[in-house]
Amino acid sequence: MNTNSNTYTFIYATVMVAVVALMLAFVSSALKGIQTENIELDKKKQILSSLNINLEGEDAAALYDQYIVQELIINTNADIRSDVKGEAFALDFNKEMSKQASERQLPLYIAEVEGATKYIIPMQGAGLWGSIWGYVSLNEDKNTVYGTYFSHASETPGLGAEIAEKEFQHRFAGKKIFNNQEQLVSIAVMKSGQKADNKDQVDGISGGTITSQGVEAMLLNCLTQYEAYFKIKGGTEE
Amino acid sequence: MSKLMSAKTKEILLGPLAKNNPITVQVLGICSALAVTAKLEPALVMGISVTIIVAFSNVIISLLRNTIPNRIRIIVQLVVVAALVTIVSEFLKAFAYDVSVQLSVYIGLIITNCILMGRLEAFAMSNGPWESFIDGLGNGFGYAWILVVVAFFRELLGSGTLFGYQVVPQALYDAGYSNNGLMILPPMALILVACIIWVHRAKDKELQE
Repeated sequence: MNTNSNTYTFIYATVMVAVVALMLAFVSSALKGIQTENIELDKKKQILSSLNINLEGEDAAALYDQYIVQELIINTNADIRSDVKGEAFALDFNKEMSKQASERQLPLYIAEVEGATKYIIPMQGAGLWGSIWGYVSLNEDKNTVYGTYFSHASETPGLGAEIAEKEFQHRFAGKKIFNNQEQLVSIAVMKSGQKADNKDQVDGISGGTITSQGVEAMLLNCLTQYEAYFKIKGGTEE
Repeated sequence: MSKLMSAKTKEILLGPLAKNNPITVQVLGICSALAVTAKLEPALVMGISVTIIVAFSNVIISLLRNTIPNRIRIIVQLVVVAALVTIVSEFLKAFAYDVSVQLSVYIGLIITNCILMGRLEAFAMSNGPWESFIDGLGNGFGYAWILVVVAFFRELLGSGTLFGYQVVPQALYDAGYSNNGLMILPPMALILVACIIWVHRAKDKELQE
């Protein structure tokens, strides 16, 4: 057979593409279930990580059930849409962020750590090369940061990627998101030496300025949506 | 068995480990060698993944070699490699999620690893499936052991750990020792690879130019 003829080449390419496509589709759908479980487990780990819980060698799913006592879906007016466990967790925060602010469904996780209530807010923003995300946990006063977790899709290792390091994340602990005039101003991420105006600040990452600015913008942007909820004082009133 | 392991196949298997090593002699696959060797675990997984993918894509191309239209042979090779890489990546996501997060884009970049295209074009297109399989294993191992050696030193000196376990005792840190941050950065991988090449050439007179 002449393997160099045009007809043969066309048929060969067509058959090859069809076979490969079928095979990949099969593998992908066969493994889908296990992959989704992994992604959910990873999300639980990220949420727990913002509570400064050491997950090394622990069963994250069990810890999640132990610490997270309530999951809420709220809107920007602080109306509670749902408090069924699992619904807030299943929300695609990414998708919600692309909607109009008034239509967003905002997930909020409430944890109980050593007898104290913590509020966990999901974060979504942009770094230098791709998306960045994370979780911020607040103390009972809905003002002081208890812990943070940040991760990134493709920031530069050693520079922007440092936001995923515990060392950077610990810098936020104890900072306040409201200023003295009770305005939600979030926390500034500054070059060392610079001074933020009337708000708390942490040191950014040298060499990772754009990623640091991304974190600052993400914090302000995501926290602002929960402003109405933060202003309800006195713990969980329901 | 004698036919399976003749002197020639032995040479095909063992050659790439030293005298014909893809990284230190042919200087292929350097990009991924820099990227995944800051820690031992991803380096090992990367080595195993590349070995599996080279071996099997070699076999597939070798089986198809007489049917592949000459004009689109590189495309056919790429499709085979890309399909295998996607399958491996899906399996990692399902069974070793943490590792797949660590390796992130580099699993996908195996497709562009020169070792693969090099072996397919230079070996599998003109040899039988068994020899091609052996050749793939040999080159995969040759790539993997360099990665593991580089990662061993980078993790030990850069983080004081091996496979994530602390091995440098706390007493040493108390005495003023500190981890070398430079080891974590990619350039150190190049320098370590260069050191391996240096030792290699100093011992093997044949490689000296």
